[in-house]
Amino acid sequence: MARVLLRVPVSVEKGAVIEMRALIQHVMETGYRPNAEGVLQPRDIIWTFTCRYDGEAVFQAIFSPAIAANPFIAFTTIATQSGPISFTWEGDNGFAQTETRHISVT
Amino acid sequence: MKRIALALLMCCSIASADERRSGLLDMRPEAQAMQHDDSMNPGMLWVLDGEALWSSKPKPSAQSCADCHGDAASSMRGVAARYPALDVSSGAAIDLAGRIMQCREAQQAGPPLARESHDLLALSSFVAHQSRNLPIMPPDDAGMRATRTLGRAIYMTRLGQLDLSCAQCHDDQSGRRLAGSIIPQGHPTGYPIYRLEWQAAGSLQRRLRGCMVGVRAEPFAYGSAEFIAIEAYLMERARGMVLETPAIRP
Repeated sequence: MARVLLRVPVSVEKGAVIEMRALIQHVMETGYRPNAEGVLQPRDIIWTFTCRYDGEAVFQAIFSPAIAANPFIAFTTIATQSGPISFTWEGDNGFAQTETRHISVT
Repeated sequence: MKRIALALLMCCSIASADERRSGLLDMRPEAQAMQHDDSMNPGMLWVLDGEALWSSKPKPSAQSCADCHGDAASSMRGVAARYPALDVSSGAAIDLAGRIMQCREAQQAGPPLARESHDLLALSSFVAHQSRNLPIMPPDDAGMRATRTLGRAIYMTRLGQLDLSCAQCHDDQSGRRLAGSIIPQGHPTGYPIYRLEWQAAGSLQRRLRGCMVGVRAEPFAYGSAEFIAIEAYLMERARGMVLETPAIRP
């Protein structure tokens, strides 16, 4: 499991604009770099990031080999109701990770 | 008029008190914000990995770091601010990473940690993180004097095909630009750092190596007496400045 740094508000007022931040540990190997022996290292990147709020996708990003290692994403959404917020990263070599936090809206 | 005089006086007194500045202040605001917020600072990935390693055994029969040293928040507080220090058993100076490697082999009898390996950087980051916001306090150890003198001598010596010493850039030209980048004063306030150029964490010795390659000199080996001497001199030079580990640098 890759290590993840997440910042999600725990409790907010209904209708408020909330910012979420997600950073994941990943090499984001481009596939264009030779290693010390001069052999190209196979590509190993994250392809997609999806944030689901109570099951509904509210933010999605498509990554490319030009994205730096340990990609960081910050985005906003509107607090509508209490529920789970899940963050999913999917990439090469079957990489898939999901983290979930709960937000309570008052 | 009086107000201007007072303002001038204040400027002068601040300037004469301490003209040293951390490389943190030479970064653009976005990079500074990245360092200040632990949820954005990728150096925290290494700190958290180090925290996990601290309480795990390198092999089933061995002890973990925590079995001897207990809670790092108290036992490791201020430790990184004192290194490099004198190693009593060998009589030579040793850096923090070297001490962790030594502990791993002698006390834990575990598989050795390689210089610049992920695990060693993670443990160093975690230990140094316990000294965050504490001032750098090299010990007034008579045994360290020769090391610091050697370090200062290397710092002042012209090296490589470009024939440049550390001092010629970091003392004489600091604050000016080398191509687009501001030349920092070279204070080791946040190591191991997460360097955006590396896209990874790295030690002070890796950073020094980068400068040596830059002036086209043959870099010293990791863990060599020369690197530890430069490190000891730089820490003395930065005495009293605040540690920032894990720092972000461009």
